[in-house]
Amino acid sequence: MSLGTQHSDGPAAPSRVDFGRRVRILRRRRGSVSLRIDLRTAGVCLALTGLGVLVALIALGLGDFRVSVPDVVRALFGASDRAVGMVVVDWRLPRVLLALLLGAALGLSGGIFQSLTRNPLGSPDIVGFNTGAYTGALLVIVFVGGDHYLTAGGALVGGIVTAAAVYLLAFRRGVQGFRLIIVGIAVAAMLGSVNTWLLLRADLQTAMSAAVWGAGSLNGLGWGSVTPVAVLLAVLLPCVAVLGPKLKYLELGDDTARALGLRAEPLRLGLIVVGVALTAVATAAAGPISFVALAAPQVARRLTRTPGVGLLPAALLGAVLLLVSDQLAQHALPADLPVGVVTVSIGGAYLIWLLVKEARRQ
Amino acid sequence: MTTSAPTRPTPSRGSGTPGLARTGGGRGGWFALTLLVLAAVVLLSVAIGAKNIAPHTVLDTLFGHRGSDDDLIVLDVRLPRTVLGLLVGAALGVAGALIQAMTRNPLADPGILGVNAGASFFVVLAVGAFGLTSIWSYIWFAFLGAVLATVAVYLVGSAGRGGGSPVRLTLAGVALSAVLTGIGSGITLLDPAAFDQLRYWKAGSLAGRGYDIVLAVLPFLLAGLAVAVAISRSLNAVALGDELAAGLGVRTTRIRLFGVVAVTLLCGAATAAVGPVAFVGLMVPHVARWLIGPDQRWIIAFSAVLAPVLLLVSDVLGRLVARPGELQVGIVTAVVGAPVLIYLVRRRQASGL
Repeated sequence: MSLGTQHSDGPAAPSRVDFGRRVRILRRRRGSVSLRIDLRTAGVCLALTGLGVLVALIALGLGDFRVSVPDVVRALFGASDRAVGMVVVDWRLPRVLLALLLGAALGLSGGIFQSLTRNPLGSPDIVGFNTGAYTGALLVIVFVGGDHYLTAGGALVGGIVTAAAVYLLAFRRGVQGFRLIIVGIAVAAMLGSVNTWLLLRADLQTAMSAAVWGAGSLNGLGWGSVTPVAVLLAVLLPCVAVLGPKLKYLELGDDTARALGLRAEPLRLGLIVVGVALTAVATAAAGPISFVALAAPQVARRLTRTPGVGLLPAALLGAVLLLVSDQLAQHALPADLPVGVVTVSIGGAYLIWLLVKEARRQ
Repeated sequence: MTTSAPTRPTPSRGSGTPGLARTGGGRGGWFALTLLVLAAVVLLSVAIGAKNIAPHTVLDTLFGHRGSDDDLIVLDVRLPRTVLGLLVGAALGVAGALIQAMTRNPLADPGILGVNAGASFFVVLAVGAFGLTSIWSYIWFAFLGAVLATVAVYLVGSAGRGGGSPVRLTLAGVALSAVLTGIGSGITLLDPAAFDQLRYWKAGSLAGRGYDIVLAVLPFLLAGLAVAVAISRSLNAVALGDELAAGLGVRTTRIRLFGVVAVTLLCGAATAAVGPVAFVGLMVPHVARWLIGPDQRWIIAFSAVLAPVLLLVSDVLGRLVARPGELQVGIVTAVVGAPVLIYLVRRRQASGL
């Protein structure tokens, strides 16, 4: 049975469908393009984008050398003196861009995994990525000595090997969501033990620098890190744009997805690969920044009040969350703490506030 | 082997897999078997260590024939440690079974209500702000932290009408844990001494705990177990979903409140005594469910026996692999338990929640 058989009702019929939410339908006359836009989601996305830009402009001016917002804008367009341009564009802009890009990548990745596992606790950690990355990085830091690129390399290898191992161990005539979750926790718990053990046998200095890496930090990152991150995201985002919209069919269960004409298993593998790759980019650049992937989709879902997890709001929210957290880590706290420590606290506090507010509204 | 098995799982969970032991007699048999295994593990735990003691000497000492030099080791070192392992293991297993039944989330472990995060945070405070360093002083801080954190999680998760859903409770726990962990690790990263203490406490260990600690946590553990047993029947209805449970005459809000109280007592006291041991409470209820089916009463009973087996086996292995030193039990449990869990989840059509 095809879904397209209801056209005989005439062109006006679809707009009378009650979606339970305020929607706007955009379509060209011959029906070649047809979009149903959820007004609240669109509003939230616009607001988040505006907020992100605003915070970024303020952030570029913050620091020992203060720059006002108009001067920041002038500097961005190359119309200010050299000193201001150097501070804003060469020093601060890469870090702000990284916070936005990595935050968006983490938010997207979390959205994909939560939708895939139909579990609000779902995150790339499900396939053990971050735990494995931490193991890889710890091995490098403890046994080789932590050069930044070596650590990132160790983390990538560790994370990817772990994710692949989890997928293969969970594979048995396809990967069922529940089995993936259980195998993922088991492998992550095992590697977590290895991590604890490595931290215990290292001397205190090494253990602390490993813990700083493990919290996730944007300290000391410059344009050299922005370029590879931007290139990788430019490859990954189109993949998300293609695969992401099909998530809602997978959420209905494999059987329904198959009945709707999707090949569930390859699609799921593709989504896992993209989700892990997005996290891998962030982890390699800044360490395993925790909680953005977990909190962003849930916070976004509560803002848009949608029943499922939306990828675009999750990405935008992740970007704003990481940027704000990084600014707080840099300027509001006594010492230069890793941003991961702040994302956890801010994200957690905001999620609590949303939960309380949600309860009041009922 | 696969000839008679259906090649595809049927979409309906309701017809599900009742576990290996379908009949009451089967369950009784399995239960007796696990009790025997537990007894053997207890004996091993007393016998094996830096100095091995022959099993008959152990039994002699335990049943009152004193006089050998090994008495001291058995009675003052190994025995309290083993008893603590038994109690803590049972507590974590039962708490895990409760939390998985209440939240209906396979990812839920007892720590999800914020117990571990709360306990850790208060230990950070004890070390960082008050400069305390002994296990005996941690224990009350840890317990207080665990209780306060769960109370807060319950208040947030069940605010509003209808007492909130399991998902909200889970998310509230994760969120509060995150905040506490974030602040805690911020403090420890700035204070190397606290960091050093914390990395040992967080590994979770049965070593160096005497009878005083056992006695301190015993009342809380017993109270928690009693509450767990009392609500276990109603949990079967709760597992069907809130609406159906209400239809069956179960007051879900009240059951959930009692469940949270039990988990707090059990997991809070266990964590206070030995530090956060994460994997036990997560893994054992899954294994118990695959073994004997979805009846929560049996799951709780089996968890109470299987969890100490895992904990004590891990503790014994930890003493063996790193002689003459030892590995913390919290490190070994996951390494021992995870392969078993993976094997089991692959082996058969393991049921979800």
